[in-house]
Amino acid sequence: MDGKRVETISARVDAAVSSPDSVEDELELSAVRHRPEGLEQLEAQTRFSRKELQILYRGFKNECPSGVVNEETFKDIYSQFFPQGDASTYAHFLFNAFDTDHNGSVSFEDFVMGLSILLRGTVQEKLNWAFNLYDINKDGYITKEEMLDIMKAIYDMMGKCTYPVLKEETPRQHVEVFFQKMDKNKDGVVTIDEFIDCCQNDENIMRSMHLFENVL
Amino acid sequence: MATGVAAWLPFARAAAIGWMPVANCPMPVAPRDNSKRQDELIILNVSGRRFQTWRTTLDRYPDTLLGSSEKDFFYNEETKEYFFDRDPDAFRSILNFYRTGKLHYPRHECISAYDEELTFFGIIPEIIGDCCYEEYKDRKRENLERLQDDQEENKDMKMPNMNFRETMWRAFENPHTSTMALVFYYVTGFFIAISVITNVVETVPCGSTANQKDMPCGERYTVAFFCMDTACVMIFTVEYLMRLFAAPSRYRFMRSVMSIIDVVAILPYYIGLVMTNNEDVSGAFVTLRVFRVFRIFKFSRHSQGLRILGYTLKSCASELGFLLFSLTMAIIIFATVMFYAEKGSSSSKFTSIPASFWYTIVTMTTLGYGDMVPKTIAGKIFGSICSLSGVLVIALPVPVIVSNFSRIYHQNQRADKRRAQKKARLARIRIAKSGSANAFLQSKRNGLLNELLELTGTEEDEQKLTKSTSLLESQHHHLLHCLEKTTAHEFVDEQMYEQNCLETALQTYPSRSPSISSHDSSVGTCCGRRVKRNTPLPNASTPSAHPIPTHQGPLQELSAIHIQCGDPPSHSTSRSNLNLKTDDSGRINCKGGRITTAIISLPTPPALTPDGDGLHGPPQRRPPPPPGHPAVPSIQTTTSSAGTNIVKVSAL
Repeated sequence: MDGKRVETISARVDAAVSSPDSVEDELELSAVRHRPEGLEQLEAQTRFSRKELQILYRGFKNECPSGVVNEETFKDIYSQFFPQGDASTYAHFLFNAFDTDHNGSVSFEDFVMGLSILLRGTVQEKLNWAFNLYDINKDGYITKEEMLDIMKAIYDMMGKCTYPVLKEETPRQHVEVFFQKMDKNKDGVVTIDEFIDCCQNDENIMRSMHLFENVL
Repeated sequence: MATGVAAWLPFARAAAIGWMPVANCPMPVAPRDNSKRQDELIILNVSGRRFQTWRTTLDRYPDTLLGSSEKDFFYNEETKEYFFDRDPDAFRSILNFYRTGKLHYPRHECISAYDEELTFFGIIPEIIGDCCYEEYKDRKRENLERLQDDQEENKDMKMPNMNFRETMWRAFENPHTSTMALVFYYVTGFFIAISVITNVVETVPCGSTANQKDMPCGERYTVAFFCMDTACVMIFTVEYLMRLFAAPSRYRFMRSVMSIIDVVAILPYYIGLVMTNNEDVSGAFVTLRVFRVFRIFKFSRHSQGLRILGYTLKSCASELGFLLFSLTMAIIIFATVMFYAEKGSSSSKFTSIPASFWYTIVTMTTLGYGDMVPKTIAGKIFGSICSLSGVLVIALPVPVIVSNFSRIYHQNQRADKRRAQKKARLARIRIAKSGSANAFLQSKRNGLLNELLELTGTEEDEQKLTKSTSLLESQHHHLLHCLEKTTAHEFVDEQMYEQNCLETALQTYPSRSPSISSHDSSVGTCCGRRVKRNTPLPNASTPSAHPIPTHQGPLQELSAIHIQCGDPPSHSTSRSNLNLKTDDSGRINCKGGRITTAIISLPTPPALTPDGDGLHGPPQRRPPPPPGHPAVPSIQTTTSSAGTNIVKVSAL
């Protein structure tokens, strides 16, 4: 919010004065610009070096010249990496995970904070982030329905042409496996502690957490 | 991959952490980024104008000139820059392509010059962005037509190897190609005219003879007219037969409109010849002669305008239909009104409503013959309303129809153009998508070959294969691979998928013996790349990590599978008996080179009911993969233990 220029506010005021809704929407859309906080502040808040932040910002601004990503663009971009399937549902969940202040758009700060956790964070932080991703309504518990949604979204990304052929009950069964593993007290939900606990005991998961550390 | 979003690949990869807790098996190793160069500025000197950009920007498209090592040929050592002796204006859009991922076509550029630049820099024009694609295609098509026009003049010259038939057809279709054709063209035209004039003159009264009555010329000079008619019909018949002979596709020719007109024009004569001079049929015979007027339509071969008119009428059929419909409505309304208005008057000509139709039509089209006039006051009032409205009803739609003609005509042309472009656009998108998917599948196969080669130890081949994909591509493939591992399913291409569907359909039919492909359905894991050089499971008491598929079916019949390189994997399914803890995941061994697995068919005791979804007991731990070789392919072992209830087929 700090980063938004005064222009935006004055444009909104003007738009509020002018009459029809569509015009107002247009004005508002075109006036939304976002300039991120300074490089030093971001450097302090994230674990990226200056150079890395520069590279990240250049890529970000190239794709989104206005400085913010809205959900449609986000889905678009993410779908391009998964041509065979439908990545939009998963992208929706990802978007919610990145959009920490829930204002409907991902600014560069949100983006870079998320990346900082994912690429440079401790295992605890990464697991926290993953839990946050799975917990769709952010109430601190992962229910089977939420997990099923996420699982279906992941399987959607595979598309139709898979081997072995994807069946209807595959995501559900996968969720069952997951819950068997994670839900220690069998109360039907997974809390953050159960989750982190269980993941830390699982070698595969631990190892894969370190997989993307050299991404940037 | 859409390298336009290459900058977001790190993000997509980071987000893959979200899959990790869900996955049941380990992820593949990430490709290493060996070239940890600092990003540097590159100077591109194009005919004196210097452009600068980051090296990574150019590296986004490794199969173009600027993105590959091909640009090293243009490197100038003294000035430390890359020099290209090309057009700097066109280079702007090319460099923008690297920057934004979209290729634009500048409208002021000549299309051939632009094409040449694109070819030089190794960029295919099909990736021009949607905003400029239509313009580009239009210009390209115009250019092509211009070239074709130039060529057609040459094409009309006689090609050396045309046989007689082709020559004849060419002569028929293009009369200006040879003198003979021209002569033929004019002769047929002349005879068409003669025939039409004959038909007309036949009916003119020719002056009186001894009888009182004026005879039409046709009856007076019967023989002369008959000879004329015969001559014309002979010529038309010969022409038709010659066209039929010369046509490259006789069936298509016979279905074409012109040939139907030809046939209709000459048929009445022959029918008349065949029929005897019977009184009964002479009436019909007379009717047939009417069809001779169709000969006038043969002129449409000679006139382009007639053909265009016919086409526009056809395409405006709906507008004309509407006009007709509204007229009919108005006619019926007014005819009814007039009939009832005139009913009272005696000696009224408006004897019925259909009889009033004639009056209404004549009045509305402002003809006003005067053979039927209303006599009552009410009739006259309604009659005047009728004629006034007639003017409106007829006069108004006609300009609309005329403008409709031109609008529809142009619209048709534009709609066809847009449809063709849309198809092309969709095809491009599809190709791009399948291209990237295919790239991944291709690299999987390469990866496989890589591992096989690792085993056999030929270094050069391995290097050759690994070199072919860029770092970006390999990272993207790694991402897709992680997704495969998370979901324990693999990407395959269309044909493979259909084959599998076919197989499952065929094999689930004998329900007692489900085969492998239907067995793996439940939850597969992907721990295939394990070094499985083991031995068959001993007796079931050891709860080792051999999961069973949770599929029903006591009989398991595995058929021999011949798998070619790159084909979908066969998989190993193993079953244990009751004592074994069942892990919910079946096991799929991935990837095969040329493999043949054995046929093992084994009944199992019905007591063995595979568990449902739940696990009894602690979840199974998979044996940890040997360190450092997560992706070593397993050596093929096919074991069949007929005595036990365990069937294990593992294949590479």
